[in-house]
Amino acid sequence: MSDLESFRAEVRDWLEKNCPPEMRTPYDGQTQSYWGGRKRHEQDPIARGWCERMAERGWTAPTWPREYGGGGLSRAEARVLEQEMARIHARPPLASIGLMMLGPMLLETGTEEQKREHVPPIVKGEIKWCQGYSEPGAGSDLASLQTRAEDRGDHFIVNGQKIWTSGADTADMIFCLVRTDPEAPKHDGISFLLIDMDQPGVTTSPIRLISGSSPFCQTFFSDARAEKRDLIGTLNGGWTVAKRLLQFERQGIGNMGNRNPGANAPPPLPELAKRYCGTRDGRIADPLIRDRVARLEMQQQAIQKTMARSGDEAKAGQNVSAATSSSFKLIGTECNQAKFDLMTSILGAQSLGWEGDGFEAYELETTRQWLRSFANTIEGGTSEVQLNIIAKRVLGLPD
Amino acid sequence: MPLVLTEEQELLRETAREFVAERAPIAQLRQLRDERDPSGFSRELWSEMAQLGWAGIPFSEEYGGADLGYTELGIVLEETGRTLAASPLVSSVLLGGSTLLLGGNETQRKEWLTGVCGGETLLALAIQEGPHHSPWNVATRAETDGDGYRLNGAKTFVVDGHVADRLIVAARSAGEQSERDGLTLFCVDASAPGVGLARASMVDGRNAARLTLDGVRAERSEVLGEIGQGAELLDAVLDRGAAGLAAEMLGSLDTAFQKTLAYLKQREQFGVPIGSFQALKHRAARMFVQLELSRSVVLDALQALDGDHPDASAKASLAKAQLSDAAPSIANECVQMHGGIGVTDEEDIGLYLKRARVTQFALGDAAFHRDRYAGMHGY
Repeated sequence: MSDLESFRAEVRDWLEKNCPPEMRTPYDGQTQSYWGGRKRHEQDPIARGWCERMAERGWTAPTWPREYGGGGLSRAEARVLEQEMARIHARPPLASIGLMMLGPMLLETGTEEQKREHVPPIVKGEIKWCQGYSEPGAGSDLASLQTRAEDRGDHFIVNGQKIWTSGADTADMIFCLVRTDPEAPKHDGISFLLIDMDQPGVTTSPIRLISGSSPFCQTFFSDARAEKRDLIGTLNGGWTVAKRLLQFERQGIGNMGNRNPGANAPPPLPELAKRYCGTRDGRIADPLIRDRVARLEMQQQAIQKTMARSGDEAKAGQNVSAATSSSFKLIGTECNQAKFDLMTSILGAQSLGWEGDGFEAYELETTRQWLRSFANTIEGGTSEVQLNIIAKRVLGLPD
Repeated sequence: MPLVLTEEQELLRETAREFVAERAPIAQLRQLRDERDPSGFSRELWSEMAQLGWAGIPFSEEYGGADLGYTELGIVLEETGRTLAASPLVSSVLLGGSTLLLGGNETQRKEWLTGVCGGETLLALAIQEGPHHSPWNVATRAETDGDGYRLNGAKTFVVDGHVADRLIVAARSAGEQSERDGLTLFCVDASAPGVGLARASMVDGRNAARLTLDGVRAERSEVLGEIGQGAELLDAVLDRGAAGLAAEMLGSLDTAFQKTLAYLKQREQFGVPIGSFQALKHRAARMFVQLELSRSVVLDALQALDGDHPDASAKASLAKAQLSDAAPSIANECVQMHGGIGVTDEEDIGLYLKRARVTQFALGDAAFHRDRYAGMHGY
């Protein structure tokens, strides 16, 4: 047996013993993903137990180094773990911005002390992070942000307001872009700070979206305190750190279309179209819908193949552009939007329900997701910002 | 299989790129067109290409081929696409040669494929009858005549048909006009009595003949594959054709895009390079993304054909659909971004636009291949 095959056997056996049956069912739309954090004891104890068991082995962050609590697995081993989890329909043990964005950035840029302090709690799901980038006056023009951090010797005092802070109302810590030199050109006066939200100077208020959900908040800082040791990168060198982290974020958002479907997931597009538009000779009866379905399925394939090629090129030691994540963010989110747009066209009037009887759960969910997908081409840098990045960094077009 | 080229394949690409730039620059196509060259391509160039082994890339050494794959043929096609090099690589090798490889018996391969590999024998595929690619829509009939057949009918868009030595003709030996069953492929002598070939000058400066078959005698030994089972053979040939042509399109479109990018950086208006305008930047970035997707699906399709992947047909259709969609969106934009100079005959970008349109329709446009893809996936 190869090393990988014996690893697979070990994983399979371990999952069999450790993944609770309740964690092998799809989400039903009511249950939330497990986010951990200091208030984790108020969340589903079964989900918490599943996360803790996985975290003991570092498998919430399978490829991160062991010394910071990660699993230390090779990419091939991590893929085996993924496959074995998918095989038993195991839920991801931990949904976390820390895992997706902050951790990878800290492992690259953080000091030894910063990594030891902040990475293990991310792996264990003990600290829930949120992201403080945008401000009411700084959206696409992120570098014009105004939230101020003043140097007070061993700490900073922070004043200002952030917006679109995902999950800030339940987060423990926020990683934040703050202005530390108001005199410098706008990109050169920004620092990257970690701030504890458990203090009177930090308050949040949720924002209700067109989809009816409230995944984002506004976060207010009024003489909030941040420790000096929690400055990531150099003072006034936060923009470089911020851009690197954005690449991790874009990959995450671009990948959204590939997330595990839940119990409320509708059938695959061709099936859905046959059900709602009828069939003729075994085909989707409406030729225009049929063409759109094929177009979308092919587009998804093309994106997947391009991601695979990009990975293969990196493995082969070829130069992979830093703007690659911009391309995937752009097409991934547009494709996801097109998918929900097509699904509502297929569902017709059954996609127009908001709540209550008369609609299947997945019909209502599709409507909500269609509305939620509008944010995909805005959050994490609008499509227009991604196009600017590609034009500048890949195509070398002049400013 | 990783979606990257091997070292040998990279080397082939470099060799091809250098050869094409030196021996078949775009000025050559212009000259062939302006001089109304009787062949429509340079015979001298073609024999040089054959000496490089390009005419036999995917065929066995037994017939004088290079024993490589469609990935390698695709690499060369992509490079010839860059300068719009006119040659019978698509008609005689990709389409004609593949039909012999997949459908020919030992005698037929020995007799004809050897000539194809050497570049001496030229083949042309005669399947289309109407304005649209529709491979089962065949009215041309093959009636039994003693121990052979008599072919009657007409074909259109027979690429390089006017110079072909042999024509591979799809004819109906049974069934109704649009039925899949009942098709038979014949490899007939282009100089046989009853064969009428009229050269049609195409918009891209290349050639596609109109063919009439007036009681053309075909021997039993000229039947490729099984009688009445031509559709299966044709399916496999057209998969290779779609993926290979998509590779050529990728090379042309990528070059048209690079030329346009250079123009955006060089052309000044209002005192600045026009490439600094966001209205153009965003469109250029979208073209780049389309080309990235195109590159992935073309390589994936070619590798799948070489690996006999069960989804190879679907992947070939995906590649052709992607490129047939990219062709107008990129080529049209390239002309627009060149401004006034873009609509002059002097500027090369118009030649890319014209070739893009021909390849967009050849072997099925995007709608055709989406329909085929959907059918293969049960919807």
